[in-house]
Amino acid sequence: MNYFELFGLIPQFSIDSTKLETNFREIQSSSHPDRFVTCTSAEKLQSMQTATFANSAYLTLKSPALRAAYLLGLQGIDAIHETNTNMPHDFLMQQMEWREAMDDAKHAKDVVALENLLAEMQTEAKQLQENLAELFDTKQNFLVATEETRKLIFIDKVCADIHKIIEHLDV
Amino acid sequence: MALLQISEPGQSTAPHQHKLAVGIDLGTTNSLVATVRSGQSTVLVDSDGHALLPSVVRYLPDGSIDVGYSAQAAQSLDPQNTIVSAKRFMGRGLKDIDVSMQPYHFVETKSASGEMLQIETRAGIKSPVEISAEILKALKVRAEKSFGLAKNSLELVGVVITVPAYFDDAQRQATKDAARLAGLNVLRLLNEPTAAAVAYGLDNGVEGTYVIYDLGGGTFDISILKLSKGVFEVLATNGDSALGGDDFDRRLFCWVLEQSKCSPLNANDTRLLLTKSREAKEWLTDHPSAQITSVLSTGELVNVTLNTKQFNELTQTLVAKTLTPTKKALRDASLSIEDINGVVMVGGATRMPQIRLAVAEFFKQTPLTNLDPDKVVALGAAIQANTLAGNKNDADLLLLDVIPLSLGLETMGGLVEKVIPRNSTLPIARAQEFTTFKDGQTAMSIHVLQGERDLVTDCRSLAKFELRSIPPMVAGAARIRVTFTVDADGLLSVSALETSTNIEASIVVKPSYGLSEEQMLAMLQSSFGAAESDKNARMLGEAKVEAQSLILAIHAALQQDSHLLIETERKAIEAQLHTLEQLNQGQDADAIHQATEALNIATEAFAAKRMDASVSRALAGKNLDSLEI
Repeated sequence: MNYFELFGLIPQFSIDSTKLETNFREIQSSSHPDRFVTCTSAEKLQSMQTATFANSAYLTLKSPALRAAYLLGLQGIDAIHETNTNMPHDFLMQQMEWREAMDDAKHAKDVVALENLLAEMQTEAKQLQENLAELFDTKQNFLVATEETRKLIFIDKVCADIHKIIEHLDV
Repeated sequence: MALLQISEPGQSTAPHQHKLAVGIDLGTTNSLVATVRSGQSTVLVDSDGHALLPSVVRYLPDGSIDVGYSAQAAQSLDPQNTIVSAKRFMGRGLKDIDVSMQPYHFVETKSASGEMLQIETRAGIKSPVEISAEILKALKVRAEKSFGLAKNSLELVGVVITVPAYFDDAQRQATKDAARLAGLNVLRLLNEPTAAAVAYGLDNGVEGTYVIYDLGGGTFDISILKLSKGVFEVLATNGDSALGGDDFDRRLFCWVLEQSKCSPLNANDTRLLLTKSREAKEWLTDHPSAQITSVLSTGELVNVTLNTKQFNELTQTLVAKTLTPTKKALRDASLSIEDINGVVMVGGATRMPQIRLAVAEFFKQTPLTNLDPDKVVALGAAIQANTLAGNKNDADLLLLDVIPLSLGLETMGGLVEKVIPRNSTLPIARAQEFTTFKDGQTAMSIHVLQGERDLVTDCRSLAKFELRSIPPMVAGAARIRVTFTVDADGLLSVSALETSTNIEASIVVKPSYGLSEEQMLAMLQSSFGAAESDKNARMLGEAKVEAQSLILAIHAALQQDSHLLIETERKAIEAQLHTLEQLNQGQDADAIHQATEALNIATEAFAAKRMDASVSRALAGKNLDSLEI
């Protein structure tokens, strides 16, 4: 059973997030270990496995980048671990600019600049998500989708780094 | 009044009967026990009507052990043998603790890896786990008395014990060990702020996003929860497991020393002035100023007066220290203060006006203080215990909690690689693949750490695992998949598999700050103390209870879902069931135990089928209750 099947969703990039959340809660309500405290150890084990699987599935499908990577995985494409760094030139330049802006703001201890950078990257991420919806759901162009997915994963990583820096500065 | 149903002695309770379960708030300063009675969560009181049990344990000269108010009263007379705030030492080594203000004789362990610290008392060397077990035993006795049960009755099906959300694996494990020593069956370790949210949320019927600000005697937790249709989903949690009301007492105590310029204090005077400081802190909640007067054992007189303004200034850094984790939790949940529907105040220390003011200013709203901050955690724990025990009153209640601190592995150069990030919903499992470094290598060691920092030295060492019996291969050929699982109690377990040959690698766990199994067994032995026959009777009793609960569970499962089985499968299960039922009439603990185990194994496939069916039912949107008829 794949993650989409678990939640009764069609395996595509655009998903009904309300349905995902509702069905996640339904599944947890029937499979969570709290429901099996007085049950047999076989049932406890079963509950642990199902609840764990549901948590991983929910986490993956909730995040656009992980969801895209998972869809590619279903096509036999490993977008995360692939060492192929064949990214378009303009995105590589953009990457370097973002990293530099992050380092500058970090050294200047400029939280506002970091927040602005986050907002800028979120806008870019939104655009990528729209592209991905089309690439996966309409065109079924997995080659280009792989490229866009890796851009999205990259943005997520830098955003996480920025969050970490803000956390350090903002105490 | 309804007639009481009394079953024959030794006979187990019928399945429809209300199962007795309690919630315990094992606090740094005070502990409580609560239960659900007639649908209402209630704190159980002692024979004097006290709800709180001071978390103070005194080892007396005659060998007896005193817990609670009388122990607390003796603390300045007998400070070395009267242990307060033992919770601060749970799962901790000596280097984690500021020993300067502690009157105890801590025992340095020889091993350099760092074991849990211990305290030398007149009753011998005691670990914080044993001390906490004494508090739990006292609460157990209180519960048994209030249910009208005999001591060590097996009718108390289990307990939910609360822990600070920010407790790490070692501290959680230590708490569970203490419960085992006290002879309690732990249904679940529950995070204190989550317990408070349950009590608050159910009591007020609220939905939305709530913050629980929990400042206890020795720990601070902040949790953000989404409450919706009986589901309590923790979005993020943060805190400081070494910050609490005690620190306000100490701040005040240091100020008193400065003001009165007295000579260095002995243990008794330290304890005396700490107590006076605590009383002054409490007094300042409702009064503009407090006077601290005391005659020390040296004859020196201490007499100082403090107003609220001074107290606020003295403690403002402590108050500010609670806001840092608060900001982090909000950020982790991707929320801003406008998204918060309410802030619930929990823990005795939130009675301090300066705390309430700081929280109100930060969240731009008046915090919710309508539940007793001392009792709310125990009340919530009791509700959860009642649900877990299978009393159907709160069948819709579901708690989805998270792991508070990231789990990682040591990699090259003393760095930590995160395997499970903080705030992941539990239960969770993650696998990581490793390979060998040398040709023919058959073992490797893995170091598991918990914390947010990048360096191994800045994180808490949880365990070092030795993977053995790896089949010898050329370097880099073996594929060892190590799976980390964190259960609903927030406790970690690890398994390993060599995937190219499917050989399970054996694991040796060395908990860095826990008790070893041998230590646990030794403590259990001495705590039974009594004759061998008592021990055997207890073992038989436990085996029977376990068998009986399995028998009931299987009967219920067959009644509900036997259509999932083919004839031969059903017959096989029924045969095993019959064997166990027969054996359970007898007195052979070992045979009962083995048959229980066999029945468990025989029903594994059935359990899997039932889970699948249950998940599909959930998704079909059908009401489970309507299917159970």
